[in-house]
Amino acid sequence: MLNARNLRKAFGALQAVDGVSLHASKGETLGLLGPNGAGKSTTIAMLAGLVVPDMGDVTITGRPLSGDTSATKRELGVVPQELALFDELPAAANLNLFGALYGLSGVALERERRRVLSLVGLADRAKDKVASFSGGMKRRLNLAAALMHDPQVILLDEPTAGVDPQSRNAIFENLDSLKAAGKTILYTTHYMEEAARLCDRIAVMDHGKVIAEDTVPGLLRMVPAANVLVVDLAGDAFRSLETLRRLSNVQFAEQENRQLRIGVERMADVADMLMWLSVNGAEIEHLHTERPTLETVFLHLTGRTIRDA
Amino acid sequence: MTAFLALVSKDLKIFFGDRRAVIMAFVAPILIGSFFGYVFGPKPAKEQGKVRVLFVDQDSSPATNDLFASLGKDQALEVTPSALEYASDAVRKGGAPIAIVVPKGFGEQAAQSLFRASAKPVLTLLFDPSHQTEAAMVRGILTGQVMQSISKIAFNSPDTAAKALQTMDRADVDPAVKRFLRSVEEFNGRPRARGSDDAGITVPFETKETALTSRAGVAYNAYAHSFGGMAIQFMLFMGIDVGIGLLLLRERGLWRRFRAAPLSKATLLGSRAVSATLAGMLILAAVFGFAYLVFNVRVEGSFAGFVGVCAAFSLMTATYGLLIAALGKTPEAARGLAILGTLVMVMLSGAWVPSFMFPQWVQAVTKVVPARWAMDGIDAMTWRGLGIEDAIAPVAVLLFSSALFAAVAVWRFRWDEE
Repeated sequence: MLNARNLRKAFGALQAVDGVSLHASKGETLGLLGPNGAGKSTTIAMLAGLVVPDMGDVTITGRPLSGDTSATKRELGVVPQELALFDELPAAANLNLFGALYGLSGVALERERRRVLSLVGLADRAKDKVASFSGGMKRRLNLAAALMHDPQVILLDEPTAGVDPQSRNAIFENLDSLKAAGKTILYTTHYMEEAARLCDRIAVMDHGKVIAEDTVPGLLRMVPAANVLVVDLAGDAFRSLETLRRLSNVQFAEQENRQLRIGVERMADVADMLMWLSVNGAEIEHLHTERPTLETVFLHLTGRTIRDA
Repeated sequence: MTAFLALVSKDLKIFFGDRRAVIMAFVAPILIGSFFGYVFGPKPAKEQGKVRVLFVDQDSSPATNDLFASLGKDQALEVTPSALEYASDAVRKGGAPIAIVVPKGFGEQAAQSLFRASAKPVLTLLFDPSHQTEAAMVRGILTGQVMQSISKIAFNSPDTAAKALQTMDRADVDPAVKRFLRSVEEFNGRPRARGSDDAGITVPFETKETALTSRAGVAYNAYAHSFGGMAIQFMLFMGIDVGIGLLLLRERGLWRRFRAAPLSKATLLGSRAVSATLAGMLILAAVFGFAYLVFNVRVEGSFAGFVGVCAAFSLMTATYGLLIAALGKTPEAARGLAILGTLVMVMLSGAWVPSFMFPQWVQAVTKVVPARWAMDGIDAMTWRGLGIEDAIAPVAVLLFSSALFAAVAVWRFRWDEE
């Protein structure tokens, strides 16, 4: 359904995207995960035909995406990261405009407008100006605007940025409905839990490259540490992080403020860790263990947390 | 076509839904055009502003009394007697633009000075340097009135010529001058018939002023120029909004949505140009419609020419907006430069003050300013009453400018995202 092969794009000296290849089948949700500046938005822009790649090509439903007026664009719905709506106009007028951009008019336009408003739960606000909407409602309308022409592939660029939990859940439900309807979804985010919740497969991007691509369980298996020991320190006197990392039974160790995250393969290693910390001057205030997450995967792959990247 | 019309319709809905934009585009030119038309247009004598002149008479002779009375009769002046100290203080503080100081003995000395070159009395003009124009006007009026008042004394007083002759007897004077003075003395000594013309030396001509407008009997209507000028100014401001609006589309992510749709560049920019041109035409129609109804402004020349100039200028305004969007990186940066450029263009167009008042080299520069051609074209088709042939050059220049702006806009527009 969606195929991108060896996409490359540079802006001056900056190689924003460096040989990215992606594939998503019908009804599949592919996550594009990475920190800000990883090249996700540029990749999305190339997939949407907004930016011409320096190299590589994109096909949607088997047809190449090329040129401003490419008919292939009709198979694509793009949800920008920004709230790309006209605040001055009512919701219905916004949707009419975005439908008309794809050639919809008359009865078909009205039918599609009702369909998408109903999908995102804004049917009763059709005549209200967007300026009067809450942030969450605008996000939902932002999604609806990309669905007016009933595209087969939907590209979502950070669609939940700045959204309250309730509206986020509403958007997730909308996406579940779209997936159930057989739509192919490419979802970019830097929220690990969103990617884990929505995506069948996830491509992890860093520095313009896809550094890993698999299902969530597959990605988690990449982390040798089966357990993560999370230790909250009482003071900030701990200075032995590098020594800790060199221990044979430590898969990784990370310190953020007064919190230590230590990856170990076996639960039995946890007791050894606590003993070692005590001997090396760490005053423990609180501790618990976790299973590895996508955050752990990113840390394992890049040596950095996604927030630090 | 559906997408094109939807984009044009959207632009017009947003424009007319924006109260600030509507006020700036429609109400502001009408208000300011009305004001300028009133200020610069012909007015009844009772409404005309008079120049206040303080008259310091240190002579109090019949000649200076006559001069005061004569100046007071001039419709352009409001002459008030004053003491020197008060007059000097008033002019310095801006209370009066000019004061005339007449020295003691002025009447007699001036009359005698008609016949000799030396020892002329001095009239002092005290003037506010910020009122040079009024000072020049008063100087001209004063010259005429002094000549008239002094000559009246010289040629009616029995002893003026005699006194002049006495002083000349002691000097080496041309005998022809002495013969002339004796004939004046003889003339003044003869009994005068009642009601004879004794005005003395007067200005030897009168002027008849005829304003050449579209045709005989049609008075100049200053509102035609002021409404044209203000419409041009505020339409160019609308052009800035067109450009800034496009830049804001990019900032708000809407440009992404538009570019993601299967639309050509021509559709995206062309729809913006068409909607702005339509808005411009509506502004001109509303502004001149108001001027027609309220101030009797008529298209005295070719109506087709008027429509042509308005349409060409509206298109130029629209492409000017596209140019701003193409050259501006951010809305904030573009706005400052665009406002500066627009104000310069409006100033050079003659919309504020007629371009003939500019220095020659500035007038030459204004030939490359499209708005100047729009102003000339509107003037030509409205109050000048010229034919369609006089609209051809303005329309051609405006269309050429539109094509140039559009070409640069398409060339420099940032289509791709970075």
